[in-house]
Formats: sequence, structure tokens, C-alpha cells
Amino acid sequence: MIIAEQKPIQEIKSMIAGYQKVLVVGCGTCVTVCMAGGEKEVGIIASTLRMALKLDGKEPEVIEDCIRRQCEWEFVDELKEKIEGVDAVLSTACGVGVQALAERFGDKPVYPALNTTSMGMPKEHGFWIETCRGCGDCGLGKFGGVCPIARCSKGLLNGPCGGSQDGKCEVDKEMDCGWQLIYERLNSLGQLDQIEDIVQPKDWSTDRDKGQRRIIREDVKV
Amino acid sequence: MAEFEPKLIAFCCSNCATSAANVCEAIGLSTPGNVDVVRIPCTGRVDILHLLKAFEIGADGAYVAGCSDGNCQFRDGNIKAKRRVARAKKLLDEVGVGGDRLEMYNMSASMGPEFAKMARKMTERIRELGPSPLRKK
Amino acid sequence: MARPFKEILSSGEFVVTSEIGPPKGTNIEKMVHHIELLSDKVHGLNVTDNQSSVMRLSSLAACHIIKDNGGEPILQMTCRDRNRMALQSDLISAHVLGIHNVLCLTGDHISLGDHKGGKQVFDLDSVQLVATVKALEQGKDIGGNELDGAVEFCVGATATPEADRMDSQLLKFRKKVKAGAKFFQTQAVYDMDMLKKFMEYARQFEVKILAGILVLISPGMAKYLNANVAGVTVPQELINEMAGAEKGKRLQKGIEIATRQIKQIKEENICPGVHIMAIGKEEIVPEILACL
Repeated sequence: MIIAEQKPIQEIKSMIAGYQKVLVVGCGTCVTVCMAGGEKEVGIIASTLRMALKLDGKEPEVIEDCIRRQCEWEFVDELKEKIEGVDAVLSTACGVGVQALAERFGDKPVYPALNTTSMGMPKEHGFWIETCRGCGDCGLGKFGGVCPIARCSKGLLNGPCGGSQDGKCEVDKEMDCGWQLIYERLNSLGQLDQIEDIVQPKDWSTDRDKGQRRIIREDVKV
Repeated sequence: MAEFEPKLIAFCCSNCATSAANVCEAIGLSTPGNVDVVRIPCTGRVDILHLLKAFEIGADGAYVAGCSDGNCQFRDGNIKAKRRVARAKKLLDEVGVGGDRLEMYNMSASMGPEFAKMARKMTERIRELGPSPLRKK
Repeated sequence: MARPFKEILSSGEFVVTSEIGPPKGTNIEKMVHHIELLSDKVHGLNVTDNQSSVMRLSSLAACHIIKDNGGEPILQMTCRDRNRMALQSDLISAHVLGIHNVLCLTGDHISLGDHKGGKQVFDLDSVQLVATVKALEQGKDIGGNELDGAVEFCVGATATPEADRMDSQLLKFRKKVKAGAKFFQTQAVYDMDMLKKFMEYARQFEVKILAGILVLISPGMAKYLNANVAGVTVPQELINEMAGAEKGKRLQKGIEIATRQIKQIKEENICPGVHIMAIGKEEIVPEILACL
């Protein structure tokens, strides 16, 4: 899933301060699961926003809605009427949803209420962790199902750096050293020989370095 | 000018705080009239949005009254409530209303006098803080 | 003219290297003083590369100054600040400037330094950087393109004899050897038994390992190292020894400890050489060297 967190309310406020009628619109998928931008959070953001604006002597109308997914046209289109009636849209979706709304509703300003942080999962309740960087060339088979790009703070491919201590990363003593995880996992699988050879420099052309990534498949077109 | 009488909303757990409020009345202690009690099955049911709404509709202060530590009938509803109160306090600070206007208290069902004391204590705190900045606008 | 470091390594002599920290700014007076002080007293002089992720004068420029002073520079290169293009370009530049020793390191994380919000690179890791140097020596860049003139380097890397998770560190060590590292300069070591244990393993490879000697200047520094620097463990006896020295004589005590350990390493033939680090206090290095 995509993980995101709410922006500070003052930042959100400054984005929409000049509008009379604002729609706060949530997304029922990833950001609902990570409790950052679902129906409930739309309520919280709208409520804090109304109070913050009122304290500034402004009382714009802040209305609320939440759709199933902001990253698919069929759901986005459900918002057509509502969006026509407002001056600006505040999306509590990930960056994908914000851009989908902006693209669909060309004449409406759309603002992000969240900072999209990563792809990952809830490790436990209230603790979300990044596990995939979407590099476009998955090497998890080699690394025992633990990604060195996402989980080593330096994205190293040939083993831990000297900053690894007690199985933790030099960046943060609470953060696991990704390479220690890889090593232990392969050790328990009896597959350490998989990482004994030197891993060559990564081909980053499958990452963002060839520009916006696109996949086009004729077989599934309608 | 008459002294400012704060309007408070108290979210009270039906297992402890609400009983305490009843005990409070039964023994002839008056609960301050400025406190509106919202009875809830367990403070674990309190949502951040409930707390924010209290201020949005014009309360000067609010508090959540739940069971004492380790005594929640639903195991840890009071602990969850405490965490939500903490987040709501932060949001209220960010907004500019002030997190001090919100508090979490713990008590048991028999603590009638304490219930009244707590209501007065919170009333005093809010009186010092003055009316909610949202009401002044 | 200094003898090439490569020659020293194969000569069988006890190898001694030390380290220079470039300034943060254009005032090179102090650095030049340190270079003049040490150039003819050690076999190689490392220059750190934006050490601890703090932006400074480049290692390349400082190595060039060492060269001009008749010393033998060892260019430290980390993977944090440059991608594969820039790293290779700097390696070629170093060769052209007469710098023929390179120490390949991962580099500290950028968030530990003075540009915390910067974008770090790590396009290559230290193993791949060693392999890159070897590729350039063959007359090709790592894109497979021909070079008009190959480089020549004596390639080194680092190891951590006191790491707490030794197995995974040794994996990295083996890969560095496999990639072509000819010498190693270790992270600071204080526990001679741990160093011996590491050397028991490392001796099977045909590489020269220089034990890292970081001079203690106070008991507080020892405690700081234990708490904050991965792979460094100062034994309690040494902390006590430092603390037992009178105030004002603690640096002298640190020098005494370093001297003692270097002697032990040499006399017991634990390692074929040492790398002496005296961060900011380079003036004391000649006194330590006098023991040899």
C-alpha cells in the first residue's frame, strides 16, 4: 500500500486560505488503511481547518466527501457535480489521487492535504514502514525477500556498511540494519552463497532515471 | 462585567465517570452546571473528531473521564482514549485553539466527590484561559 | 620524492600511514603544516573525503598538495556524494595529478553531517567502487567504453575488526578482496585480542591489513566512541587508564597507549602495519612514530 501522513494544518490552511467554498475529498483505499486520508480523517481535517480559518476571521464553507479510489477515473468522475460547485479541492489522497483530480478537473485548483511517504505496510497498529522503492527491477529473490534498496539507508548491494551496529542502522538506533536482516534471513534459509558473489552496479534506467515510467499493454486495452 | 462562565463538555465513561457523577448527586454534591456530560459506553469509543467537534460547536474546554489505569472493562479503552486526547491536544495547538483546553482524567465509579472536584478544577483552568478564541470571533 | 606506496606494501617493511583532515574553507595553512610535518615520516598520507558527512575541501585537492610537498597521498573516496560518472572522472583526474593510491569507502550517511537535507548518492557501494578502479586499470570504464589511457592505482578498502556482527562484515570484507583491494586500513581498534581474532581470519587472503590506531585524548572520547561509533569498542581498562591520568596529561596518556599498541602490533607481528589517526591533533603523530 501507499503510505502517507497529514501535512501540518497551518500549511494546509495557507494553501486554501483565499477560497470561499472548499471540498475536502478523501480516498477509500491506501490512505484509509494508513489512517491518513479516509472518511474519518477528512472529518478531522475539515474540522481543524474550519476552526483554523475562523480564527483568522474567515468562514469559508468546507464540505466533505470520500470516494473509493482517487486513482481511477470511474470513481473520480463521481465527484464531477460536487467539484463544479466549489472554488477549490483539498485532496486527502496520496500524490496519485491529487494528480488524478487535477487532471480530470482542469479548471479547479487541487491541493494536497497529505505528504505521501512510501510504499510499505503497517508493521503493527500505528507503525507503518517502507519496504519497497519501486525501482523497476526486483531483486528480492537474490536478497532473501528483504530489499536492500528500500531497507538499507544507503541502498547498498554488497553487504552492510561499517555503520551497522547491534543489528541497527547508523542513521537511527531504532531502525533495523537492512543488511543484517538480509544476512540473517539467507543464513536461516541456507542460501548465503547467493550473496557471496559481487553484485554489479544497479541499472537505474528502470527506476525514475528514464523519466516518468509507463507500461503500455495492447492485450488488455478495451 | 459578570465573571466568565466556561462551557465544558465532558465525555464520561458509563462504567466509572457517569456513576461517579451519579454518586456525586446522590450524596448531595452539585456538579457544576457549566459541564455538559456526554455519556459513552467506554472512553475507547471517543474519537478525535468528537473532541474537535466539541470545540467547533463552541465549547471553551472539554475533557474525557475514563476508568483508572488497569480498570477498563474493555481492557484498554482508557489507554487508547489517552492517546487520542494527546493527538487532539496537538491538533488544537496547531489550529490555535490551544491543547490546554482539553484533558483526560481517570477515576473509579465510587469517586463522586472527585468527579465534582475534577469538574471544578477544569472549569478553573478554562476560566483562567478565557473563552475559546473561536467564540470570541 | 616519496616511494610509491605499492612498493612499500610489497617490501615487507612495517607500513605506517596517517591521515590529514582537509579544512572547511579555503584556509589551508594548518593542513599544509600537518602535511609538511608528516609527509616524510609516513609511507602514505590519507586524506578524508567530506568526513562524517561534513562538507570540506576535497580529498583530491589535498592529495595534490601532499604530492607537491613530496608526500605519498592516499585518496579517500566515499560513494555518498558522487555517482558512477563523477567517481570515475575523479579517479582519472587523480591519476593525471600523480595520485596513485585510493581507499574506497561507503561513506557516512548524509543525515549525520552538516547538510542533513541533501540528496545522498550511493550509486555504487564500496565493493563496486573497488571493482570500478580495477576496470579503469584495464582501460575501460564501467559502462564498457574504451579509455584513451588507463589509470594505475594501489587500491585499498576498510574493515571493522571490532564489529559486533562479524559474519556479515566478513562477507563484505571477502567481496572487497575479491573485487581487487590490495590493502585495508581498519576502523579504530583498541582491543588487541579482537584484532588478533580478525587477523586469524584475514591472514588467508593476500592483502596487507593496517590496523587503525585512533589516539584517545580523554576518557570522554573513549565513552563517546563506545556509545556512538559503530564497530569501535574501547575496553574498560583503557578508559580507566585514561581516567587515571592527571588532567592536562591525558593526551600524553593517549599517546602512550597508542605507542604501546603499535609496538605490540609490530613486535607480535599481528598486522603488517598501522594507520594512525589523530583527528585534529596531527602534531602528536611524530612523537608516536618515534617509538618505531
